[in-house]
Amino acid sequence: MEARQVLSPSKKGKLIPMLQQIQERFGYLPEEEMVKVAQLCGVTESKVFGAASFYAQFRFTPIGRNRVMVCRGTACHVQGAPQIMETIERELSIKEGQTTPDLEYTLESVACIGCCALAPCIMINNKDVHGRLTPQKVTEIFATPKREAQDAS
Amino acid sequence: MDKVVLKLDDLEVMANKEDTILQAALDHGIYIPHLCYHPDLKPFGGCRLCVVEIEGRGLTISCKAPVEEGIAVRTEGPEIDKMRRVAAELLIVNHYSECLQCARNTDCKLQDIAAYIGIEEGRLQRLKRTARDLPLDDSNPFFIRDPNKCVLCGICVRTCEEINGVGAIDFAFRGLDTRISTLKDKPIVESRCESCGECVVRCPVGALVPQNMRKPEREVKSICPYCGTGCGIYLGIRGDKIVSARGDRDSVVNKGQLCVKGRFGYHFVNHPDRLTTPLIKRNGVFVEATWDEALDLVTAKFKEAQEKYGPEALAGLSSARVTNEENYLFQKLLRSLGTNSVDHCARL
Amino acid sequence: MPVKTVLLGQGTCCISAGAKQISAALREEIARLDLAGTVQVKHTGCRGFSQIDPVVIIEPEGLLYSEVKVDDAPEIARSLLPQGQPIERLFYRDPVTDRAIPHHRDITFYNNQQRTVLKNCGYIDPEEIDDYLAVGGYQALRKVLSEMTPEQVIDAVKRSGLRGLGGAGFPAGRKWEACRRASRESRVESRESGRETPDSRLQTPDSYVVCNADEGDPGAFQDRSVLEGDPHSVVEGMIIAGYAVGATKGYVYVRAEYPLAVKRLGIAIAEARERGFLGENVLGNGFGFDIEIFQGAGAFVCGESTALTLSLEGARGMPKPLPRPRTTEVGLWGRPTLLNNVKTFANIRWIINKGAEWFASQGTEKSKGTAIFSLTGKITNCGLIEVPMGITLREIIFDIGGGVPGGRTFKAVQTGGPSGGVLPEGLLGTPIDFDSLTAAGSMMGSGGMVVVDEDTCMVDLARYFLDFTQKESCGQCSLCRLGSVQMLEILNAITEGNGRIEDIDLLIELGESVKIGSICGLGQSAPNPVLSTIRYFREEYESHILEKKCPARVCKGLISYIIVSDKCKACMICLRKCPVEAIKGGKNEVHVIDQDNCTRCGVCLSVCPERFGAVEIIPGREVKIHG
Repeated sequence: MEARQVLSPSKKGKLIPMLQQIQERFGYLPEEEMVKVAQLCGVTESKVFGAASFYAQFRFTPIGRNRVMVCRGTACHVQGAPQIMETIERELSIKEGQTTPDLEYTLESVACIGCCALAPCIMINNKDVHGRLTPQKVTEIFATPKREAQDAS
Repeated sequence: MDKVVLKLDDLEVMANKEDTILQAALDHGIYIPHLCYHPDLKPFGGCRLCVVEIEGRGLTISCKAPVEEGIAVRTEGPEIDKMRRVAAELLIVNHYSECLQCARNTDCKLQDIAAYIGIEEGRLQRLKRTARDLPLDDSNPFFIRDPNKCVLCGICVRTCEEINGVGAIDFAFRGLDTRISTLKDKPIVESRCESCGECVVRCPVGALVPQNMRKPEREVKSICPYCGTGCGIYLGIRGDKIVSARGDRDSVVNKGQLCVKGRFGYHFVNHPDRLTTPLIKRNGVFVEATWDEALDLVTAKFKEAQEKYGPEALAGLSSARVTNEENYLFQKLLRSLGTNSVDHCARL
Repeated sequence: MPVKTVLLGQGTCCISAGAKQISAALREEIARLDLAGTVQVKHTGCRGFSQIDPVVIIEPEGLLYSEVKVDDAPEIARSLLPQGQPIERLFYRDPVTDRAIPHHRDITFYNNQQRTVLKNCGYIDPEEIDDYLAVGGYQALRKVLSEMTPEQVIDAVKRSGLRGLGGAGFPAGRKWEACRRASRESRVESRESGRETPDSRLQTPDSYVVCNADEGDPGAFQDRSVLEGDPHSVVEGMIIAGYAVGATKGYVYVRAEYPLAVKRLGIAIAEARERGFLGENVLGNGFGFDIEIFQGAGAFVCGESTALTLSLEGARGMPKPLPRPRTTEVGLWGRPTLLNNVKTFANIRWIINKGAEWFASQGTEKSKGTAIFSLTGKITNCGLIEVPMGITLREIIFDIGGGVPGGRTFKAVQTGGPSGGVLPEGLLGTPIDFDSLTAAGSMMGSGGMVVVDEDTCMVDLARYFLDFTQKESCGQCSLCRLGSVQMLEILNAITEGNGRIEDIDLLIELGESVKIGSICGLGQSAPNPVLSTIRYFREEYESHILEKKCPARVCKGLISYIIVSDKCKACMICLRKCPVEAIKGGKNEVHVIDQDNCTRCGVCLSVCPERFGAVEIIPGREVKIHG
């Protein structure tokens, strides 16, 4: 069995918080920034990418102005979340994980928003929760002018 | 070294106390299927094939479990066989299956495992092939990476990190998308890879193979001529041509490792531009000469210069491709000619 | 001095139901009516009854207004005037008896629970340390530091019988004891190697306390609720743990998807530091301890101890295979590390304050104390509940949860999230404890409890969970990475109508192999939803395969949407809304769905006016179309 190899809480421990700050600033992880993180944390670039690509939070391409997150929690699933996802995919003509070419919307799924009583639900821009959805309601949400969806809160 | 005695499938064996069960078994000629284990590297434990049962304790993976005095280990059994078979079948059904077209055919760990377990066509057909069609990376002039053949044993990652300290590659993404990747999945040639090829020799399957690989008909033991280190090397020969090179694991100098030059830089040997005799410039053109002619000429020119300008006018530049001893003799020679102007290409 | 207190739940769930706007409106109205001197509006965590959020509670009367809207704010404010009357229309109505219930203490959802960890959630302001101190906060820490040795603390935790509430149920006291032992050895090593200097201890601790708040189960939100509603209880538990095991540094590993929990925890830590509960000299006792928040970046597998520590160290969260040293011996940065769940730490103050014997007197012989579940799905009273261990599933679902709504029939309950299994009606008598649930083929796990009715397809449910786990697989070991995907492919085929009868046995064979062969708990439990649905609902798999029908009318490949001709009023709504123009008909001409073109998107069903109800789903794809 491997012996205890004591490491000091090094700069490496700041790797994920650093990536989070970068994503906070740019909306995604630009390559040059990952290279900088590698230098600052004293690890190789492939390690930074290996870690970043492991976690669902990080993205490597720019994000749309409106971020639509479809809850894929269990309560939402049994109340029809797959249909909600399909309807949004159809309305926006993109698949889960994609961004519309005009960078208006990014469509993602999220493990659980935690609004199980409102299932099925979606969250737009991390604040605007739409609950107890039906395909019809979804169509209405995305039929409203884009600006409105963005400003609603 | 402290020894312990344990039982491996009813065979009593003595093993080093620091060994794992898998090492002890392999040392005693007992095969336990394994894919991600490599004797040069720290154990990984991902392939799950080397599972064994320690009596009274249950299943464990033998590449990580240390030997202990008095334990009885079973390398086969109903539960082991079932799990190992399923693990192997899953790996095989997700692996590129055109073995005859693979450079590693007959030299593949997955083939060894399949042969050991015994593959039933009917069982494989029940499983679905989860299609992965990833692009080939042939950006490196010396080797090709084929992620479709990769079994994610991580040997290349560990080799690059533990043996060479380079860390050009790592695991990326997760789940079925897991793959070995450089930063942002860029071609390996754009990474910090030094092309030493240590990962290529350790890859258990055909995911990492040399470019234009040709199998040798025989091998010749030699010393790498590139530098004074003196790495032991086996040159693979086909007809009168060198077609491969590999490190000699028994050599105390390099223990099987080679650098990019030693491993991939043998093409000069058969290159038409290679000089095979000394050349002497006569009337403005180089013409072939014998060694005697050439050395006589050098001696004559040295003497001429010495007499005309004094011994200090001479200087010698030596090469890293010769040994320390030869470099020593070279400087001795020049000093005996009366000059201290000795230099070496490594200083350039 | 305020005479009335308005409690407003401000958890993530409450806020998503509009609690923030209500709070603003209410404060404005109260100010307008000049009530600010007599009425205090207090923000609290969630009270757990998500079904009726947002909730407004008026104390000291104990009145509860449910599903409050912004427009109700003026009326609520007026009711707070000295001559004001309770607003009956906002009272909670019992869904079973339809009786209006004015006081929260009379609501069955609450009064069948036993709240310890959640006791103060919804009563105190999580952003005010004085609120926590007023309910006896940090008394346990004072007691521990002034009266108890670390050994006595560990002994109390051991005697209480508390088991780790992260899911696996490892006895907490034993873990603490092992960590203390390893921590002392590690300190001796440090001293001998000359690494330790008196002031280096805070920078390079001998050991760590880590709180696991990486709640990744898609259907569980109790850790979030505790952190949002009573963060100090977790902080206090961690400090006590640090004292007991000899650690000087703590981390809370919390999902970045829980921004509110992160914020409130941050406030709590800062407040605790300010008041001397954290820092180099806790309460002047000479014991140093500090806590840092680490935001998990989204990986379910990081709930596993070695994956979590790797993640803290900035690496991929790939669990380390056994055999290996325990995290209590070799954990974060190679040091002994005590890793417990949010709820485990939150229980500590109660064990210290009320005594190990009090704690041990609750629950069953082997599972002490209470269990917290996120009760969701097809259930009347959706929300967060805390119950004594040993209570039966039936009591939870029917007495607290109020059963299945809408006259539907209970089919099964899924516990433990993606790692757990489903239990059918026949097992509703199963008591809730670590061992009984495991024996029944499920597990306590993360505390998700999802009730499903006849409209839920068990094959689809198993497929759903497996789809989740295979995406979350770290990719390291062959059986989990490839086995779970293989099982998912088979389930996909079955739900699409391409299943073979031998697939059921193949799923069992693959599932059992993945269970015994995977590196970590994620892989080892990933097949549970599949194996347990096959065990209890095999006939549903057989209907999908043999009859090509989804009895629950969920799997798109095995259902048909039809328009019942007697009910169709030919109103043209569905016909216009159908995205693929698969509905034929016209004005005064009954509509018919062209089954060949129908994509089963469900739009027609959702737009057909409720009073007509002409669109129906039927199992199977063999539809005879009646003109």
